[in-house]
Amino acid sequence: MIFTLAWREIRSMFLSPLAWVILGVVQALMGWLFLNHVDNYMSIQSRLLSMQTPIGLTDIVVASVFGNAAIILLLVVPLITMRLVSEERRNRTLTLLYSAPLSMTEIILGKYLGILFFLLVVLFLVALMPLSLLAGGSLDFGAFASGFLGLALLLASFAAVGLFMSTLTQNPTIAAVSTFGMLLLSWVLDTGGQGASGNVLAYFSLLNHYEPFLKGVFDSADAVFYVLLITTFLVLSTRRLDADRLGG
Amino acid sequence: MSNNLLVEVDSVSRYFGDLAAVNDVSFTVNKGTVLGFLGPNGAGKTTTMQMITGNLAPTSGRIKIAGYDLLDEPRAAKACIGYLPEQPPLYLEYTVDEYLDFCAALNRIPKKQRLGARQQAKERCGLTDAGRRLIGNLSKGYRQRVGIAQAIIHQPQVVILDEPTAGLDPIQIREIRTLVRELSQEHAVILSTHILPEVQSSCDHVQIIDRGKLVLNDSIDGLTQRMQSSTLSLRFSNSVDTSRIEQLNGVRSTRLLDDGRYQVYYQAGQDPTDALVKLAVDNHWGLRELIPEKASLEDMFLELTKHDKTQAEATI
Repeated sequence: MIFTLAWREIRSMFLSPLAWVILGVVQALMGWLFLNHVDNYMSIQSRLLSMQTPIGLTDIVVASVFGNAAIILLLVVPLITMRLVSEERRNRTLTLLYSAPLSMTEIILGKYLGILFFLLVVLFLVALMPLSLLAGGSLDFGAFASGFLGLALLLASFAAVGLFMSTLTQNPTIAAVSTFGMLLLSWVLDTGGQGASGNVLAYFSLLNHYEPFLKGVFDSADAVFYVLLITTFLVLSTRRLDADRLGG
Repeated sequence: MSNNLLVEVDSVSRYFGDLAAVNDVSFTVNKGTVLGFLGPNGAGKTTTMQMITGNLAPTSGRIKIAGYDLLDEPRAAKACIGYLPEQPPLYLEYTVDEYLDFCAALNRIPKKQRLGARQQAKERCGLTDAGRRLIGNLSKGYRQRVGIAQAIIHQPQVVILDEPTAGLDPIQIREIRTLVRELSQEHAVILSTHILPEVQSSCDHVQIIDRGKLVLNDSIDGLTQRMQSSTLSLRFSNSVDTSRIEQLNGVRSTRLLDDGRYQVYYQAGQDPTDALVKLAVDNHWGLRELIPEKASLEDMFLELTKHDKTQAEATI
């Protein structure tokens, strides 16, 4: 049942031009940045070789590409998640789901899964770029996998936040703007505040937990942070849908 | 007997803040009944329907669908319901076939039976030729048909239609009435409408709701009984001696209307028609018209919903 809903999300995304435009734009931007990083690597390659502990292709190109992808997708994910619930609420099609023999959890999970699938496509297309380097060199697959996993978790958290914001309103634009706000705030959290309170705030910065992944460090604490965050927002979304029925 | 009881609504209330949209409403619907739901705007028709379909939780009271409590076993209860809201919940980017397939899947119809279910729903709603058209390009009437098809695709035991004939042409309205009749043979149908003749023609049970309260709950037969007339309307070509009419057995009074007609009021059960006709012929009054007047459902509706609150409570 969850898959039926997920499939519908995917279908209607690809039936509208939005998904294609987003895929195209992200790919074009990432392609440009990727070429820049490769160029940069070529120009400093000779100096790198003379270093005591040489840093390689993976450290420079792969980490930078995944790092850039995180920022670009932070701006793009709200545009994908905004219409998830809000549009259905505005078009009154949510009634169809409420009247069907479905639980609220199934509705939320179905929608979330649909978005995850789309983001996986984006992620896969982005990952193809560093992988294309295999044609002329070799990669550190451990570091690559860690970066890939990190980006996947990060995107999944973005999507969960976006989904929750979408359940709050019936206006997709409002959902997009508030998701933007949340995600940007979580990005800049680590720059504000000094001392202990600053550290606490910095801990909740989504991107802070992403950095280790890029360096090839898989810390289970970071992974768990993302999983908890995703669960929290999915539970909140379910509660929010329930409130539709109860509230007045 | 309990097998036939498909919808049980037990003293259900719903408040929005301090406003009681639905106030202590109870009723039951049996298998094979078509229940017409009437009421002025904002009376609580839609709220009641939303509660029966699980779109809105009642503030107090219980609702059972086919024996399943809507709060305790929502999934089993909802599986027995097909609901067409006021605004049909359609995905405009889908074709009719895709949309109906999705609805069939939502209602857990096994994959192998979906094609058949879709075909049958389309036939019943006159959509056979529209399968490959985009819902976004359909006219309002066609969208309404898709909405109805969606509500009956899983052959639910209870079909709930909120103003099903809104936006349809007269031919289609007649088809929908036939469809409702057809559905009522195996299912229970609840429909809300503001078109009064529709209730008379397609329902066998009527409820009128006003300011959140049920003010009338009666079968069509009972209602016809209530509307039994005790008035005759007459027109003559020659002048008439009304005192002679008033002397007839059972006649209470006569009145001359502005357009030259006479209205004759008589006591219920003592229809003076035969005697009246004989009198008219014997005296060469030239009887041209004789119409037994009936109070229409409309009169009844106005009477029930217009009076003030104390009277409304007295009627219950």
